[in-house]
This record gives sequence, C-alpha cells and structure tokens, in this order.
Amino acid sequence: MSETPAYALELKALRKSFGKTEIIRDTNLAVMPGERVAIIGPNGAGKSTLFNLISGRFGPTSGQILLKGRRIDGLTPYEINRLGLARSFQITNIFGRLSVFENLRCGLLWSMGYRYAFWKFLADLKDANERAEQLLAMIRLEPKRDTLAINLTYAEQRALEIGITIAGGADVVLLDEPTAGMSKSETRRFVELIREVTVGKTLLTVEHDMSVVFGLADKIAVLVYGEVIAFDVPEAVRGSQRVQEAYLGSMDREGAAS
Amino acid sequence: MEATVARPAEVARRAGAVPAARWLVWGAFAVVLLVAPLLFPSSLGRSMLSQVGIAIVACLSYNILLGQGGMLSFGHAVYTGLGTFVAVHALLGIGNGTLPIPVSLIPLVGGVAGMFFAVLLGYVTTKKAGTPFAMITLGIGELVTAMALMVPEFFGGEGGISANRTAGKPFLGITYGPQIQVYYLLAVYTFACTAAMYAFTRTPLGRMLNAVRDNPERVEFIGYSTQRVRYFSFVIAGFFAGIAGGMYALNFEIATAEVVGAGRSGAYLLFTFLGGATFFFGPIIGGVLMVLGIGLFSELTKAWQLYLGLIFMFMVMYAPGGIASLIMMNLRVAAHRKLHRLWGWYALLTAGALVMLAGSAALIELVYHLQLGATSGPTLQYVGMTLDIGAASSWLGALAVAAIGLALFEFVRRRFALAWGRIQSEIETTMTFKEPS
Repeated sequence: MSETPAYALELKALRKSFGKTEIIRDTNLAVMPGERVAIIGPNGAGKSTLFNLISGRFGPTSGQILLKGRRIDGLTPYEINRLGLARSFQITNIFGRLSVFENLRCGLLWSMGYRYAFWKFLADLKDANERAEQLLAMIRLEPKRDTLAINLTYAEQRALEIGITIAGGADVVLLDEPTAGMSKSETRRFVELIREVTVGKTLLTVEHDMSVVFGLADKIAVLVYGEVIAFDVPEAVRGSQRVQEAYLGSMDREGAAS
Repeated sequence: MEATVARPAEVARRAGAVPAARWLVWGAFAVVLLVAPLLFPSSLGRSMLSQVGIAIVACLSYNILLGQGGMLSFGHAVYTGLGTFVAVHALLGIGNGTLPIPVSLIPLVGGVAGMFFAVLLGYVTTKKAGTPFAMITLGIGELVTAMALMVPEFFGGEGGISANRTAGKPFLGITYGPQIQVYYLLAVYTFACTAAMYAFTRTPLGRMLNAVRDNPERVEFIGYSTQRVRYFSFVIAGFFAGIAGGMYALNFEIATAEVVGAGRSGAYLLFTFLGGATFFFGPIIGGVLMVLGIGLFSELTKAWQLYLGLIFMFMVMYAPGGIASLIMMNLRVAAHRKLHRLWGWYALLTAGALVMLAGSAALIELVYHLQLGATSGPTLQYVGMTLDIGAASSWLGALAVAAIGLALFEFVRRRFALAWGRIQSEIETTMTFKEPS
C-alpha cells in the first residue's frame, strides 16, 4: 500500500491537438482532495475538451493525467469511472426510455459490484435499491420516481444528470456546465443542490455563470487558449491583472453586448 | 406521437406492485399452452401449435437484441439455424448410439450450439453498434448461408440432413412419435424459455442492456463497457435462439440450408416488429402471427408475401410499437374508463379498412393472375365473385372499391386521430394531477 497521494487529480503538461489545431497546450493543474474547482474561460478555450480528456472520452496527445496518484491517460471512460471519477454532460445525457429510478439505479450498479450479473434480480438488490431511493430524495425527484426520463422538464433532467453522475459514489466529480440553460432562480436552487450532493468530494465544474463560480468554488482555474493562466482562490483570481486582461474583461464586454 | 411512446417502466412497476396479477398472467399462459392442442386436435393444428412455440422462443430471443438492446440484427437465423443443424446431428448421434442423452434434451443441445456460435461470431458482431452492427450481422448471415452449401459433410448440401426423433429409448411410454408428445415437450421449453427471458429483463445485465439501447455513450461513463453489455446479451440471445433451433429440429426432424438463411432472419425481424418490440410480450404475438402468416396466409393466396409487406409497411408508419403497443395504449384508455368513446371510431375504421382491403386485394389478385396464373384461364374466383383479367369492369370495379375504401378510411382516420389525441391529453392531465400525491 503506497502512501496517500497528495492530489486528487493532477494534470501534467497536458496537450491535445485535433489535426493541426492545438486545443489544449501544456496544461498543468493539481487539485487537492475535497477541493471545489471552477474552470472558467472564454468560449473555445478548451474547457470541455479538458473534461473530455480527463474523463477518457479522448486520449491526450501528450502529457499525463493522474487520478489519486494513478495515471489514467489512455484508459477508457469506464475504466476511469471505475477508479472513482464521474462526470456529467453539458447536453443532458440520460436514459430516456427508463424511469428516473432506473436511471439512478443504472448509475450505481457497477460501483456496488453487480457488474454484468444476469443471475440476480434487480428487485432483490436491497442495497442498490435503497441507495437509488436515497439519491432520488437527494435530487428531489421522488414525485417523478416512475416517470420516464424523457418526460421530465429540463431542470428535472439536469438534476437527474447530476444524480446519475454521483450515483456511483465517485470521489472526483466533473460537472460540465451544470446550470446551462436554467433560469436565475433555478440556478440558485441548483447550486445549492450541487453543493449538498458533492459534500466531501473533489469537484471540478465548467461554468459560465460568474455568480455560480464565485458561490461554489474554493479555487478557480482560468483557461485561455488551452492554457491555465491562473489557478487560485476566487479573490486572487478576481484581482489578477492577467486574468482581467485575458478573460474577465472580455466576459464583461460579452455581457454588455448581449 | 406522444401516444406511441411506450411506458414499460410504469407498467412494470404496476406489475411489481401486484404480484398476484403476475401469477395470473403466467398461470394463464401455462393454461393456454396446456389446453391449446385440445382445442385444435387435428394434426395440422397440433403441428402449427408446435411451430408457434418455436416461433415464440425465436422471436423473444430476437427481441433481446432488437427491443431490449437496440441491436438491429439481420442474421438471427444463423443462431437458430446452426442450433437446428447441431441438434439434428445430436439426434443422429442418439440414433446410432454414440450420444447417450435423452431426446427431450435436444433443444438444450441446440441452445448450447447457438450460444457457442454467438460466443464465436458475436464477439466480432458486437464490437460495433447501430448501422455497422446491422451490416456485420448481414455479412455473417450470408457467410453462414454460403458455408451451408459449401460444407455438405455437415450441412447436407441442397437436401439438408434429417434424423429421427423417435430414435431414443422410450421413457414412460414417451417415444416422441405422436405430434402431441412433441407438442407438450416444446410447450414446456416455450414456457421455461419465456420465463427465463422475462427474468433476464429484470437483472442488472438486462437493465444495462436497456441503458445501452437508450444512450450508449453515457453507459461508458458509469463504469460499463457497452461492448461487453452487448456481447454478453448477444450470447444469451444466441442461447435461446439455439433452443428454438433445437425445438425446430425435434418438430421437423430435418435441417436444410434455408434455416440459416436471410429469409428466416428477415421473418424474425418482421414478426418481432409486428408483435411489438417495445414490450416483452410483443414477440409472443409476433411468433403466433409468424406461424399464422406463413402457414395459413400462404394457403389463401399466392400473393401472401406482398400482403405481408404491406402490413409491415403500414405498421412501421402508423404503429411503430407493433400490436403490443396498440394493446397497451388501449388498455390505458380502458383503465381511465374512456374506451367506450372509441368503439364507434374503431367500427368505422374497420369498415373503411375492409372496403379498402377488398378493393386493393382484388387488384392485387388480378395482377397476380395476369402475371402468373393466366395459363389457367382469364377468370379467377375472389370472395365468391368471378373476376376476369380481360374485362375492364373487373379492373375498374376493384379500383373503385379500393378508392372508396381509401377515402372512407382516411376520412375516418383523421377524425379518429383528433379524438384519440383528446383522450390522451385528458389522461395526461389527470396523471399529472395525481403524481405529486
């Protein structure tokens, strides 16, 4: 048994190119266990690509990704998930023709060791069913327990998306724009929900809404043109001249324009 | 289109809440299997009933792929058919004394064979999903069909291989000579396989197969390899397909290249779809239709495949959930006590459809007679009438009846669709009100 690695997630000199275009260039990031990190940056900065690299959707062109001290670059998404990393998607990614309860139960079957079992009845898996009911309560979808996921409202689908993500009990959680497309009041409630369900977990979020970023994150990583130009506590990032120039200023202009 | 969205989860939950209802359904299924040969005592009746059992197992196994896994296979007959071949060889082995097993285990031999080939060929097939999957199944189907003619030592060439099911030692007077004995053996297998395949839908692998169908990408991010889920399920489907093949071997005592062919694979797809792939029991209806369609329909008319194609087309267009979903949607309406408002519409729809059918069927029969049956004279008998391929009145009359039927049907259908939509939205409203309680 090796000593506990200091970092929950570590990116070392990470690079990713699609053809000649370099989307992620020399990104370094080290996240401590239990930290909540918001990744911000202008459109096209590579935030989603970064998530796709970490979660194994794409392999990096070069560099390393370490999860709890273990290299995960080049592994498949399911192998990475089994090592304790889960992610949500910007575009809702749920099982449309299964009920809300079934969605959550699917999310936790592997982690509870049921794997590809075809010799056990789902109804007999007491622990899995109890846990799924708990999750249902956590994301406040109990009244919709048996509704098909496809028939949920948008906000409910977003909540289910988070529910499936945390179902497997991964201790590193990546949320890709969890509040995208929500109203102000929905967003406020949703941030509260995210905070609740990710207690004690290492959290990385991609977020555009600055109120969410400053409300949720312990630290902020600013990604501009594939590079992390700042990684610090919110106050320090807000005060950083470099970030102001590179990003927050442009963000203000974007806001004014829209 | 809201109406056609199936709600298996809701139905399943209701069934789970009322286990008594489940026992009732399974009990009824057993009773039907038990008394069916008493209702159809003719040898044709019993032979067809045996075939129904085989078709049910085959279609249910196919639906593990199609309905539960979203895998459109064009080569399912490979696994039923190879099961048949191996089972016939096993039967020969029993006959010459080299294989010391009872004849009643022959379907299981087929099952093991089906599973073996699914393990072998399915590994390649399930590497891909979607269109590539369909293409690979098509390719493997062609490959095996070609093999069947190239390796006569095993497949028996054009004539196939045959065996004798009475070869084993009689057990408690059971020789499997009389069709009724075969029927009851096949009925036991039908019941057991149906129960086992239903059980599969309620296991972790069975549920993850649904998840893979709905959203394969997400499955990869919750710890599952979609490929493995597809592969393991494919092997299970292959096992039950092989059992159906073994049952076929017992029933017909012969295996020809046709049993692994694309025609049979297509029939599994077509009838599973007609029965309804979105519900577990859909393929059971499909299996019954398959035997009735191929066995009886072909007696009625030479153009039966054309009619079958038309029915299939209409189903795909108007009721993509198959007959099972039509039943379930109407049961839902009935559960809300609104079905009485639809009876009138159904009567009118049926009337329109019958008129349309009468006209278009006359046209089809005329064309068929013109092309294929003209040597037997210019006239043909059609529901008590004599039609003449040389007479304009026959053609025009048929055309007129078909056109009137179509107009009538379309007129009624549009108004029915509105009434149906109204009822569905009423039901949705009452359900939304109830849900928070």
